[in-house]
Amino acid sequence: MLSIKKLEAGINGKMILKGISLEVKAGEIHAIMGPNGSGKSTLAAVLAGRDVVEIRGGSVTYLGKDLLQMAPEDRSKEGIFLGFQYPIEIPGVSMVNFMKTAVNEHRKHKGLGPLSASDFLKLMREKKELVEIDSKLANRSVNEGFSGGEKKKNEIFQMAMLEPRLAILDETDSGLDIDALRIVANGVNRLKRPDNSAIVITHYQRLLDYIVPDVVHVLYDGRIVKTAGKELALELEEKGYDWIKKEVDNQN
Amino acid sequence: MEKDQDDIINDITSGEYKYGFFTDIETDKIPKGLNEDIVRLISEKKGEPEWLLEFRLKSYRHWLTKKMPDWANLKIPPIDFQEIIYYAAPKQRPSLESLDNIDPELKRTFDKLGIPLEEQKHLSGVAVDAVMDSVSVKTTFRETLAEMGIIFCSFSEAVREYPDLVRRYLGTVVPYTDNYFASLNSAVFSDGSFCYIPKGVRCPMELSTYFRINAANTGQFERTLLVADEESYVSYLEGCTAPMRDENQLHAAIVEIIAEKNAEVKYSTVQNWYPGDKNGRGGIFNFVTKRGICRGDNSKISWTQVETGSAITWKYPSCILRGDNSTGEFYSVAVTNNHQQADTGTKMIHIGKNTKSTIVSKGISAGQGQNSYRGLVKVLKNASNARNFSQCDSLLLGDKCGAHTFPYLEIDNQSAIVEHEATTSKIGEDQIFYCNQRGISTEDAIGLIVNGYAREVINKLPMEFAVEAQKLLQISLEGSVG
Ligand SMILES: Nc1ncnc2c1ncn2[C@@H]1O[C@H](COP(=O)(O)OP(=O)(O)OP(=O)(O)O)[C@@H](O)[C@H]1O
Ligand SMILES: [Mg+2]
Repeated sequence: MLSIKKLEAGINGKMILKGISLEVKAGEIHAIMGPNGSGKSTLAAVLAGRDVVEIRGGSVTYLGKDLLQMAPEDRSKEGIFLGFQYPIEIPGVSMVNFMKTAVNEHRKHKGLGPLSASDFLKLMREKKELVEIDSKLANRSVNEGFSGGEKKKNEIFQMAMLEPRLAILDETDSGLDIDALRIVANGVNRLKRPDNSAIVITHYQRLLDYIVPDVVHVLYDGRIVKTAGKELALELEEKGYDWIKKEVDNQN
Repeated sequence: MEKDQDDIINDITSGEYKYGFFTDIETDKIPKGLNEDIVRLISEKKGEPEWLLEFRLKSYRHWLTKKMPDWANLKIPPIDFQEIIYYAAPKQRPSLESLDNIDPELKRTFDKLGIPLEEQKHLSGVAVDAVMDSVSVKTTFRETLAEMGIIFCSFSEAVREYPDLVRRYLGTVVPYTDNYFASLNSAVFSDGSFCYIPKGVRCPMELSTYFRINAANTGQFERTLLVADEESYVSYLEGCTAPMRDENQLHAAIVEIIAEKNAEVKYSTVQNWYPGDKNGRGGIFNFVTKRGICRGDNSKISWTQVETGSAITWKYPSCILRGDNSTGEFYSVAVTNNHQQADTGTKMIHIGKNTKSTIVSKGISAGQGQNSYRGLVKVLKNASNARNFSQCDSLLLGDKCGAHTFPYLEIDNQSAIVEHEATTSKIGEDQIFYCNQRGISTEDAIGLIVNGYAREVINKLPMEFAVEAQKLLQISLEGSVG
């Protein structure tokens, strides 16, 4: 589904991703862990098409297409969803209007007509229940004045509305209370289908108790320095990153 | 970041003006230039009574003593008033009794502008006075309205048919001495609309005037007079467009509103004069004096404006709150894109007791546009318990544009409560990207954000026009990307 090869990218002339290769097959869940500043969000930004990140080399293929050539909105319509580490507030734009525009753009892309007002509201209601989001939140402006946890839940709500092929969740678990964590994880799990995949960026093993990854990668200083099964997350939780950093530094 | 900002600016600056066509129609024009003979000639063309000619001449002589105002935050190139043609009328058969007598070319022009002149084709519930250059071409639904005693016709006809009413109210709200452009207008005004709502009548439809500049090298100087007698109500809307030309054209209008006891007037404007091209060439210079007086107790005047056009906009629709318990409102969205400049706002003059005013101003600047809000809240000594709330917001797209606010307060009564809030925000690259990531294009994202920002004002417009205004906002801010 997604094939990243020797990807190099930087911001403002500073190299951040220093040759990343990663294969995500349909149906797989990959976890990416790694110390602060190692480049996890930058990788997510490249995949979503944020153009502040300059691509220096390598390639990314998504469903057989050259992902790096696609406009961000087209990537979205082709099924890539990014749950933002820091969701953005858009004052004055209601969640309803925002989601309606997004859903209808996705439908247009699939050759479908726009949803009727009542069908749309029904869909909203369904998905709101799924992620147990407070009904009132959906009537407010996009993320405006939402608490940290509410913003994260709102990301999962949007994901549920758009039903992506490939979900990239950037620390969606940070700042969530235990109940919210379970809800978010459930939201992700319900979306799980043999032809869908997810990349879950997290610092905490506890999320991976709920969303069980097929593969765990460790990103360090712009490189994937370790790839293993889900037990790697447990090991990291116990020992921290120092031993990995040492391993890497010894190799250099 | 840089690149994205540039993209956004590019998107919004390549917006197209959809009304820039010119109608090739025979036009009766007088020689260019301005002097007493020209003023007399205009009056003669219109077959005006002596008192009105005197009014014009008085105004002209006063104008000669005045200087162009220079206090606004605008860069105004010198205007050569001798190079302007002050009267241009599309030639058509003289009788306007039935539609069949309207030149088909004119009819087509207004059709193209979305303003059909046939009553049966028109949006139900909207009566239109269609003005091209210096004359009114057609006023629809006159008879229907007349049955209720409502007078809605062109200003010229009003002078002919209701001279006493016109004479009683003309210049009572905006005197000919008011300001440079008001004096000029009072001297050379061409056509415009006149409206009188009798006592106790709620006008059953929207009244509207559509102004079209067509001829080259001409100025547009219309005049609107709207009188709402006791206990009456009217909602009035004006729209305007002009062809795309490399030369600037001058528009200097006057609107006067009188609201008697318990009367309510809603006046809405969707201003879409040609704004000039991307490089700031051409466009309309829009210098307008609009003022309403709440003469009677419990009366209300509400101004709503969506200003997207013109190279330069200079206008301050105002309310004189003379009646006790009277209310004035000003809701405004002003867009400046490319090289457009706007200095706009309002004056709320509290004279009566328990008077209330609300000001909501939303400026949107893009490209290299400069947008200034200038507002005065004045509470006179005897205006006890006056209340004002002002909200002035600015939205910036890109970093080459500017937003400025100039609020003035003159409070001479201790009991007044005056509140002022102001915000400045920017459409961030991160907001656009967030929308993009959900499948929304940059163009639509800007549309969503801008319309969300302006919603409070747009909602004040009559339904049919709110939709139009929303589209207009989006078009004036966006290019046809892709
Ligand atoms: N706009 C920017 N300008 C300059 N440097 C940046 C910018 N954005 C990110 N960086 C730098 O790139 C590096 C990687 O950042 P990134 O956000 O990808 O890390 P991360 O792995 O997601 O960290 P965290 O776990 O803290 O979220 C950091 O050193 C960061 O400071
Ligand atoms: Mg991060």
